[in-house]
Amino acid sequence: MRIIISLVAAFFMASAANAGTLEDVKARGVLNCIVNTGLPGFSYTDKSGRWKGFDADMCRSLAAAVVGDGEKVKFIPATGKTRFTLLNSKEGDVIFRNTTWTFVRDVDVKLTFLPTTYYDGQGFIIRKSKGVKSAKELDGATVCIQTGTTTELNLADYFRANKISYKPVPIESNEEARKNYLADRCDTYTTDASGLAATRATFDKPDDHLILPEIISKEPLGPVVRHGDDQWADIVRWTVYALIAAEEDGITAANVDKMAMDKSNPNVSRMLGSEGNLGGMLGLDKAWAKRAIKAQGNYAEIFERNVGLKTPVGLARGLNALYTNGGLQYSPPFR
Amino acid sequence: MAVVAGRTSATGVRGAPNILLRLWRNKDTRSVILQVLTMALLFAFLAYIINNAVLNLAVLGKTFSFDFLGFPASYDINQRLIEYTSQSTHFRAMLVGILNTALVAFFGIITATIVGFLFGIIRLSNNWIASHIVYCIIEFTRNVPVLLHILLIHGIIVHVLPSPRQAHTLADSIFLSNRGLTIPDPIFGEGFSYTVIAFFVAVGIIVTFYRWARKARDERGKIYPVFWISVGILFGLPFLVFLLSGSPLGWEVPTLGRFNLKGGITMIPEFLALWLALSLYTSVFIAEIVRAGILAISKGQWEASQAVGLQRNRILQLVIIPQALRVIIPPLTSQYLNLTKNSSLAIAIGYMDIVATIGGISMMQTGKEMESMILVLSIYLCFSLVISAFMNWYNQRIKLVER
Repeated sequence: MRIIISLVAAFFMASAANAGTLEDVKARGVLNCIVNTGLPGFSYTDKSGRWKGFDADMCRSLAAAVVGDGEKVKFIPATGKTRFTLLNSKEGDVIFRNTTWTFVRDVDVKLTFLPTTYYDGQGFIIRKSKGVKSAKELDGATVCIQTGTTTELNLADYFRANKISYKPVPIESNEEARKNYLADRCDTYTTDASGLAATRATFDKPDDHLILPEIISKEPLGPVVRHGDDQWADIVRWTVYALIAAEEDGITAANVDKMAMDKSNPNVSRMLGSEGNLGGMLGLDKAWAKRAIKAQGNYAEIFERNVGLKTPVGLARGLNALYTNGGLQYSPPFR
Repeated sequence: MAVVAGRTSATGVRGAPNILLRLWRNKDTRSVILQVLTMALLFAFLAYIINNAVLNLAVLGKTFSFDFLGFPASYDINQRLIEYTSQSTHFRAMLVGILNTALVAFFGIITATIVGFLFGIIRLSNNWIASHIVYCIIEFTRNVPVLLHILLIHGIIVHVLPSPRQAHTLADSIFLSNRGLTIPDPIFGEGFSYTVIAFFVAVGIIVTFYRWARKARDERGKIYPVFWISVGILFGLPFLVFLLSGSPLGWEVPTLGRFNLKGGITMIPEFLALWLALSLYTSVFIAEIVRAGILAISKGQWEASQAVGLQRNRILQLVIIPQALRVIIPPLTSQYLNLTKNSSLAIAIGYMDIVATIGGISMMQTGKEMESMILVLSIYLCFSLVISAFMNWYNQRIKLVER
């Protein structure tokens, strides 16, 4: 009996070892990427069923770097509540799902948070006809929230701090929240300001709705991986930095091949693999960053194509501009 | 020991297979061997699963502890039967969730039982139209998944009913809108306790009267209208005391605030949808159980009762229902359990039950999946065991005394 148990234990010891996400992904040939079930501009499916958006494109860049093809991604849609369970049970390799980096999640839920891809904050949307100009006037209002998110906690804190009351209506997904808000089940809907803008873009009459001026929290959104696999965390971290560095150095999807040949800028040459072997240190090949940039473009291209001012979502770069333009996006050096 | 072992092994080289074979061929020992093997496999399987969980938690660097129950929950709950704020603990949030589940299960079971018995009896009636309308309702309801009923009713409340400003209202005190059903909140004044005392006194009088009437029936054959007299005492006495003590009861009537109705008691749409959907869905199963129970009583029982000159309602009350209950109660218990467990579908519309509080937000915010799920499972188990225990006790009580 004891032999059986120890055999079983040994078997599980071997298979449950947490390192080796890279080997798993390479062997599978497909990146399993956890995304939002539907948030316009960030991750949603278009009419032909193709996943689109800021987060979905980041998944493709990562897949291009790791398995060599930006289309080798299996998208795993998750609600606010299921995302970490899906990650920890190894259903997914990485979360690109507008996930806020917080102390408890980082330290106690045993997740590893990687560079913030979108600096956000929580806001409120309300019908103009309600005549509200500030979130402080929301005393007694019914508020729709996505359950299992940080916004739920911020909301409780904000109303408590301002000594006003509210009635929460917890909802599973952004799409359900949108329906309930439009049916006037709740007076106001609260989530990340980017999500509000994205959701408002889908309304029939977006101009009838107002996003209140108060931003009540800091929401640094970025990719998440499991604790304990440092190699895999490094790969995701530096792939994101490669996209930001590409914007800094003016590398785009269109000119990345030319830039790789041109050896005049040593920074660019190192990153794109024409000098040294940074990719080898990650356990990838030399051209990893080149493929990542070529797949979906640099950070600016991904941003502008999905959520930028020319899209229906219409977000300005704001905090997400490069540090040289007064934003917070900054890549450590590739050397 | 060593000597014994040596001797058996020396002689057993040839004997051992025979002994095993003989043990296997013997019916009694074979069954023992099989049982031992089954238990061994079962324990191996359990050990495998527990070991798997422990190892995987260790690999993730997670601990197994229920300490998080003492930490502040930091989120708000819209329907709370006990005091709760966002500073309360996760444990308190769990209690709120348990009470919300209990509330919807309790009202659901009562409504489903009443509607189910009515449907079951109408289904058996000689009125062709009534019986067939109920037949259609039953077939439609029980062949559509309960989740769809919940979503449908919730959808109707939220999308069809007007906003609070244009709420349907009855006498400007009861309001129905897409924020729920709001009724006035009773405010008990000084002296209302006399009415409460009168109520319990009335219950006492009814019990005594019932015993006396029963004795009178057995001894003198005189039958009193026990039911109507009881109802009269139950409502009449407290009402009389209530009037005499100066009607010490006020109502806080809801008024329109800036966003919502203020004051009063509001049943939120999520509660209404869950309650109505669960009751309706379960009631049609109960209707079929009731119909089966009544049809199970042989026609001879009716004829024999008529032969001794009993009226139709007395036949039902004294002969048919007591026997039918024997058939009805066991499957009825299953339906009560189903209703309670189905209430976990509350998550689909955001009703804050056990699954949404401890098994949802608390689990999510603390990352304690294993601990939370164990708690949720145990709580549902307790609910089910309590209901089963009560129904088994009742079943024992109404069982026919067999001679």
